[in-house]
Amino acid sequence: MNTAIDISGVTKRYGNLTALDDVSFNVERGEMFGLIGPDGSGKSSLYKILATLTSPDAGSASVCGLDTVKDYVKLRKLIGYMPERFSLYQDLTVSENLHFFASLFGVSIKDNYDIIAPVFAQLERFPNRKAGALSGGMKQKLALSCALIHRPEILLLDEPTTGVDAVSRSEFWDMLSTLREKGITILVSTSYMDEATRCERIALIDKGKILKINTPEGLVAGLDENLYNASATRMFELLTKLRQLPEVDDCYTFGATLHVVGKNGFNPSSVRDKLRLEGLHDVEVYPAKGDIEDLFIKLTR
Amino acid sequence: MHYYKDKAISVRNLTKCFGSFIAVDHISFDVAKGEIFGFLGANGAGKTTAMRMLCGLSVPTAGNGHVAGCDIITQAEAIKHRIGYMSQKFSLYSGLTVEENISLFSTIYGMSSKEIREASGRLFAELGMEDMRRAFVKDIPVGWRQKLAFAVATIHKPEVVFLDEPTGGVDPVTRRKFWELIYKASSEGMTVFVTTHYLDEAEYCNRISIMVDGRISALDSPSALKEKYHAATIDEVFRIVAQTAQRTD
Repeated sequence: MNTAIDISGVTKRYGNLTALDDVSFNVERGEMFGLIGPDGSGKSSLYKILATLTSPDAGSASVCGLDTVKDYVKLRKLIGYMPERFSLYQDLTVSENLHFFASLFGVSIKDNYDIIAPVFAQLERFPNRKAGALSGGMKQKLALSCALIHRPEILLLDEPTTGVDAVSRSEFWDMLSTLREKGITILVSTSYMDEATRCERIALIDKGKILKINTPEGLVAGLDENLYNASATRMFELLTKLRQLPEVDDCYTFGATLHVVGKNGFNPSSVRDKLRLEGLHDVEVYPAKGDIEDLFIKLTR
Repeated sequence: MHYYKDKAISVRNLTKCFGSFIAVDHISFDVAKGEIFGFLGANGAGKTTAMRMLCGLSVPTAGNGHVAGCDIITQAEAIKHRIGYMSQKFSLYSGLTVEENISLFSTIYGMSSKEIREASGRLFAELGMEDMRRAFVKDIPVGWRQKLAFAVATIHKPEVVFLDEPTGGVDPVTRRKFWELIYKASSEGMTVFVTTHYLDEAEYCNRISIMVDGRISALDSPSALKEKYHAATIDEVFRIVAQTAQRTD
């Protein structure tokens, strides 16, 4: 059996709001799978179902072959869940938090230290600091250590990198790769689209629906067709003007340039000449490389 | 003529210590009126502490400065009327209606009932939110919530608006629409001081600063910084500059 997580037709409602709408996908054993979508897209609801904290209104989910509703007692020992907000006791110290989680699962920190070592190493220097007094990056490492201490087969990480700066985010992903090499299956969610490339496969989710599932390369394949960069000194004016052109399907900011989605027959040099005639003398239009954000914009527009 | 008169923000040697810890270490910079200024830095670099001093919420240990024409030490109260503030974490009361949020914030900003009536009328028309007047903020889509949060933070026509990670967790389409609001406000003369973890957004700023260990380690336009550090993107610049951090958490 190579399926670690099997989600089949899961729907979850809260009153009038459909948080998850017929969601199905599988995560293979040993895979690093990313669930990528904005706030409110349903990511946390799915995590709560997989972590056996709530049950679906329709459909079913199983983790390690165990049903999240019927087999929840057995399942809880096999998963490590790091929720988006609360998972640490702010008034307990680093060491107390870790001991607390170890005793909940009836494991010894000494026996399982090897598994948390790559994550916990930086925290060893201040065992007596209260969790509430740690920086965002350090809190995140402690929370991950606590989710790992019972040697789970599956790690469920709900937005572990939210609010963390670019450098610490990248370090965190390096740690996840190390854990994955130890054979742990990881389902990780993020609202940062640039983190998608760190996963083996990803599912894009929006408004409770899965938009696409593929490898990062597979997702962006074909996006470059008719996608262009445009830049000029007066960017905001350029954006407004491009949107008015009949051959432009969509135009949006993209870091230092604008991304232009052309309709069939879009000709970059004639668009450039047209805009130069309209007073944007330094405008440049040239082919662009599409990424996950372009895809998300295309799918949700 | 004082040096700060034509500046929206001007600080010299601004410093804040907590005990022996120097959170902000002699920072000096100016922000021109109408400029979009990106204030970047790693977690723990001192951004929030610096921003609190600029907003008149925290008294500097040393140094001085002016924000929107007010002295940050002697006129801290006056500053609060002349600036707007919005963050992703908190900007609207979700259990109040759209209308109630507008009247609450405009009252806090000290506007008269006549001014509030005029401003909210204008705001509803501009935003096209007339039929959402009585909806609870928690029930309106995230894109509208963002627009409303920005409108509320600027309802009193502040000289400077401080945006603290305004787009965290927001989808790519809404994030971009939000930046168009920023462009518009800036083109109308408002000064925008913004922090973000999305480094592609830093490219939209006129100038950006990068804080490391309580100091400003880099400050220039995005294109000048990329040239200086031989980097293709601000993301790369940020990594190069932030790497020099000595301070551990």
